[in-house]
Amino acid sequence: MSKFKDLESYVSAEQYNLLPFKFDRLNDQEYILTNMVGEFHIIPSQKLETIIGHRLTEDDSDFANLRAKHFIHLPKENAPVELLALKLRTKLARLANFTNLHLFVVTLRCDHSCPYCQVSRQSEDKAAFDMTEQTADKALDFVFRSPSPGIKIEFQGGEPLLNFEIVKYVVIQAEERNKIFNRDLHFVIATTLSLLTDEILEFCKAHKIVLSSSLDGPEELHNQNRPRPGKNSHQKFVEGLDRARLALGYDQVSALMTTTDKSLPQVKEIVDEYLRLGFHEIFLRALSPYGFAIKTKKFMSYDAERWLEFYKEGLDYIIELNKSGTRFVEQYASLILTKMLTPSDPGFVDLMNPSGAGIAAIVFNYDGAVYASDESRMLAEMGDKTFRLGHLAENTYEEIILSDALLDALENTFTLSVPMCSDCAFEPYCGADPVYHHAIHKDIVGRKPESAFCQRNMAIFKHLIGLMRSDPQVKQLFLRWANRC
Amino acid sequence: MLKLGGKVIKIGNETGAANKILSISTNVTLPLVLRASKLYLVRNSNIPTGFAHYLILNSQRDLAPLIPNTGSYTIVPDEYSYIGDGDIIRLSSHRGGDIRVLFRASSPHNSILVTEQCNHYCLMCSQPPKAIDDSWILDEIEQLIPLIPQDTPEIGFTGGEPTLAGDRFLKILALAKSYLPRTTIHILSNGRSFKDNRFAQKYAAIEHPDMMVGIPIYSDDPTLHDYIVQAKGAFDETIQGIINLKRLNQKVEIRIVIHQQSIKRLKELSEFIARNLLFVDHVALMGLEMMGFTRGNLDKLWIDPYEYRNTLSDAVGILGKSGMNVSVYNHQLCLVNPDIMPYYRKSISDWKNEYAAECNGCSRMNECGGFFSSGIQYGYSKHLTPFKTE
Repeated sequence: MSKFKDLESYVSAEQYNLLPFKFDRLNDQEYILTNMVGEFHIIPSQKLETIIGHRLTEDDSDFANLRAKHFIHLPKENAPVELLALKLRTKLARLANFTNLHLFVVTLRCDHSCPYCQVSRQSEDKAAFDMTEQTADKALDFVFRSPSPGIKIEFQGGEPLLNFEIVKYVVIQAEERNKIFNRDLHFVIATTLSLLTDEILEFCKAHKIVLSSSLDGPEELHNQNRPRPGKNSHQKFVEGLDRARLALGYDQVSALMTTTDKSLPQVKEIVDEYLRLGFHEIFLRALSPYGFAIKTKKFMSYDAERWLEFYKEGLDYIIELNKSGTRFVEQYASLILTKMLTPSDPGFVDLMNPSGAGIAAIVFNYDGAVYASDESRMLAEMGDKTFRLGHLAENTYEEIILSDALLDALENTFTLSVPMCSDCAFEPYCGADPVYHHAIHKDIVGRKPESAFCQRNMAIFKHLIGLMRSDPQVKQLFLRWANRC
Repeated sequence: MLKLGGKVIKIGNETGAANKILSISTNVTLPLVLRASKLYLVRNSNIPTGFAHYLILNSQRDLAPLIPNTGSYTIVPDEYSYIGDGDIIRLSSHRGGDIRVLFRASSPHNSILVTEQCNHYCLMCSQPPKAIDDSWILDEIEQLIPLIPQDTPEIGFTGGEPTLAGDRFLKILALAKSYLPRTTIHILSNGRSFKDNRFAQKYAAIEHPDMMVGIPIYSDDPTLHDYIVQAKGAFDETIQGIINLKRLNQKVEIRIVIHQQSIKRLKELSEFIARNLLFVDHVALMGLEMMGFTRGNLDKLWIDPYEYRNTLSDAVGILGKSGMNVSVYNHQLCLVNPDIMPYYRKSISDWKNEYAAECNGCSRMNECGGFFSSGIQYGYSKHLTPFKTE
């Protein structure tokens, strides 16, 4: 039928233009290309120069892929740039909302004495380490200055249940204020669950408070990591978990784990313990280099490489679980996959650019000091007050949010301008972490070739991409993880 | 397959009413004041007076002498026995007389052709475009809409490319909103007109509470899409049109017809949609209809659904996991994988819907969408396997 033209008639005679992208060697034979909205494409090494030299022709199998993923476009096309702009706005949409997460450190007192803990105190002296109503009022003034339509208040410690009176006070006051401010208001208590009472649970139920707890693994490991009088931390956790689920709802209690050197050989047992206790997900986390973790050298007891081995083994096991029909999610992978496979950004504070410190989350310490992050106040407990942004009694909202301590940290670590980040192909999946790099390298930018943060994340990015490429079933699974929020 | 138009057998005592668009009544007790604008469908010898015109099936032509008053009537072939109360037809005395059924009250699939003109020339077009002035159709639609029953759940506008009628098309949509405020409107368009933001804004300004544009995208590769629709630069304009519509909060559906060309990059297209157009309201993946141009281009288009069933599962998996609202249309139950079931819709318009000989004895025929009648006639999968009763 001559009235129809063939495919070749629709091939453009014009040369394509390059849209902004970055590239890195993925392995000996391949390059990975990424763009600012997280699209990625892998090509054989020798093709890189052809692409950049505008010599790739439309009959090449990669041409259509690069065009559809907005790495190249034809001069007369408008849609690619419009879509790129749309996707970039979507990725960054969260920034305009500003601070969502507000952490209230209501006490430093704790019934546990975990060797890796940064801040806890075994003190009976209430006055010394508890937040007062006066400080809480000032903190709430600050919270409702945030333009964010969603506000989450998280109670931290120490063990917040040791100062439950102030928790109640903050919740009731915040709800009262919110009648006027009308935000999407949520509360979380980070607790070991060991001190739960019926009265506490009733209050949590009435105010829709979610509990975030800690589970390091099987009983022996958990009790080793998290000592308390009676050596029954694990038993207390399980009892608390049952009671809390019954009172608040099954999905209203979550758990976080911390990896110590003792955890390293037991990743399967740790995952199994989460499974056994009815959790559907786990966050395989490395120890943070703060507080007592540094003092007690716990943090130094394994390096990034050993941790990665632990992580990969855990992830493999979790993938196998899913393949055999048990749905279970590794949360860190899930956060990164959202960046890789969807147009949205999960807004995870440790992987944000600009850094989430102070602007995605902010910390009010028991004594009224304001910190850029939980890690910042832990550093301060060790005497390093670099990220102390001000004090609720002494400084205004503007003084704190516009403080040099915060703005310098954000501006100077912006990954699109930082050396070795700005041209890194994995930058779209990564983030700035000024507090970590300051703590380790005494420099907010840090030295990337030595950075364990960099080493860990780069390895995970590559690992996730490798897994997806080698197994279509894993790709399907990862797509589900990526879209879970 | 229902016959929707053709010659009449006899026009008796023509009075001029026979050249109008009229809605059918079968109601013997219709108030006299309402009869003058309606056409009465004769069913038996009890024939009420006062109707504008009377319609008689050929097998009942003996009743013609009983027509009261002026005796203005038309005898039509028995194929039109499906016509019922609330249907709207156009009778014409032109060239010995013909009848066209414009609206069927009992069908959920009423589709109104706005124009046969189109700026695409798709390889698989089921309604091949004509470059002629057919604005008379617009006049007809303007007369038709006020006659459509107000309880009609949905009407569709199709073409050709309806938006080529420009402001007149928008006027028709506004008319539909005012006469049929509770009727859902679905428009089949290639979306390119909405690239003009002023047109998109005028469309949005109609402020219809439930109106959606169904827009085809056949590939994430602009060259392949342009080839399938036989129009250079079409992809770029369609995408911009979709973005403009969604920016104005209008409902948009993406429609993908699956054939030998579009299947090549169906997975990539699904990824593209999930990544770039996550905000559209619905994605429809549709089987090929053996109509119009498709038959001449069968060598370039035909692929047995059995062969692409895994690709279809992958595509639906990508879209579904991304949280998109997905439907699979025009597919036979025995040719899709079980993972399609949550998205499977029985969708072929009733007047085009049939089953194959192989389907006899299939225990799931009720759930199955079956075939376009054209499919039964011009070819379908060699892999039909009737489900056995358990």
